[in-house]
Amino acid sequence: MNEQPVIRTQGLTRYFGAKPAVYDLNLEVPRGCVFAFLGRNGSGKTTTIRMLLGLLQPTRGEGSILGHDIRSLPPEARARIGYLTEEHQLYDWMRVKECGGFQSQFYPRWNEKIFRGVIGHFNLKPTARVKDLSRGERAGLCLGLTLAPEPELLVLDDPAMGLDPVAHRSLMESMVYLTRRSDRTIFFSSHQLADVERVADYIAILDRSVLRMCCSLETFRNSVQQVRLRFPGPPPPLPDIPGLLQAFRAEGELRLTCVHYGATTEKALRALAPAQMEMVPLSLEDAFISYLGERGEKSFILSETEAQP
Amino acid sequence: MSFNITISTGLNMPIYKQITDQVWLAFVTGKLAVGDQLPTVRTLAEDLVVNPNTVARAYADLMRDGLIESRAGRGVFITRKRKVFTREEGWRRLEPLIDAAIGEAMTMDFTHQELREAFEKKLGQWKHVKGGN
Repeated sequence: MNEQPVIRTQGLTRYFGAKPAVYDLNLEVPRGCVFAFLGRNGSGKTTTIRMLLGLLQPTRGEGSILGHDIRSLPPEARARIGYLTEEHQLYDWMRVKECGGFQSQFYPRWNEKIFRGVIGHFNLKPTARVKDLSRGERAGLCLGLTLAPEPELLVLDDPAMGLDPVAHRSLMESMVYLTRRSDRTIFFSSHQLADVERVADYIAILDRSVLRMCCSLETFRNSVQQVRLRFPGPPPPLPDIPGLLQAFRAEGELRLTCVHYGATTEKALRALAPAQMEMVPLSLEDAFISYLGERGEKSFILSETEAQP
Repeated sequence: MSFNITISTGLNMPIYKQITDQVWLAFVTGKLAVGDQLPTVRTLAEDLVVNPNTVARAYADLMRDGLIESRAGRGVFITRKRKVFTREEGWRRLEPLIDAAIGEAMTMDFTHQELREAFEKKLGQWKHVKGGN
């Protein structure tokens, strides 16, 4: 299993003027996983993706994709990568099937069956004009065009953006279906935690150009925990609790959200002598918001190696 | 099979846990019996639209806890052949659950007597499920 990661960056940085769009990014994407790349608008996701694909030169730092330096990606490597852009760029005057015919000319390997399967899944008529398609239909068409060459690495830039619920479900189904090939890696950016919860093995979060987390979804869920302490009277003042992200104080009760919750944290909490102490399960969204909240700002970075206390 | 797994996102319970809980519940309420077949990892993943690794994780837990077994080339089946937890381990897992239930009940001002009665009543409802002997 000591395989080379499909994507790896070290100190990857890109400035636009004096402003860093991506700062000192260290990313590792294992082969065969579904990797979710999260962050708010303007946090640097698309800039990162464009650098990874050799479409934008880094200001400094390094990166490799499928074993090739991102500064000098050979066409052979590009042909093994499927890239779905945010904009779904298409020629409006073409018909759906013409888009397929056109695109297929650029790839030595083109699986027409996959193309037809995907556009069928999105209920697209092969004779429809691109200019008449809805946003969801355009997304389906672009996905078909991206998948037909059977890329081993899929890079999807916010594929769920602007999709209606039906098209969105089709997208999710396609992503699950794609995992049938176990050596295929899917790297997608998203805002949708529900999607991440459904399909992602790994997550990375960019927050204002800086990487805040890069680990498996399960590691993340296990690392951010909420604990509820009950007291007979008013809760005591809080000492320094290692890994504290958020504290919520109510009558006779303290609710603390901590990262790297482990024996050290537990000992510190027991010292407060609560009448009762219990773990409260968190939803993925609550865990995210706590983790990225004010208090945790830039003070923790979760990664696979340091996640276990 | 009248047994159907459904999952939701956004809950405070991970998807793999939703799956294991539902299989256990179906078993203890008699909807699933020993010998019944479960869908394969791939089928269930595509049906629920979730990552197959999540389903595999759930199945691995169920297998570890002795509720299902995988028969080569045939699929996944409900079984109940061995006691998986030692008594001590069983208590270790059970105690926090009891504590949590009692704690909740106390904050809602239930009396000890009410709790005892509720517990008895519940046990009665689960009578048809064979205890751990």
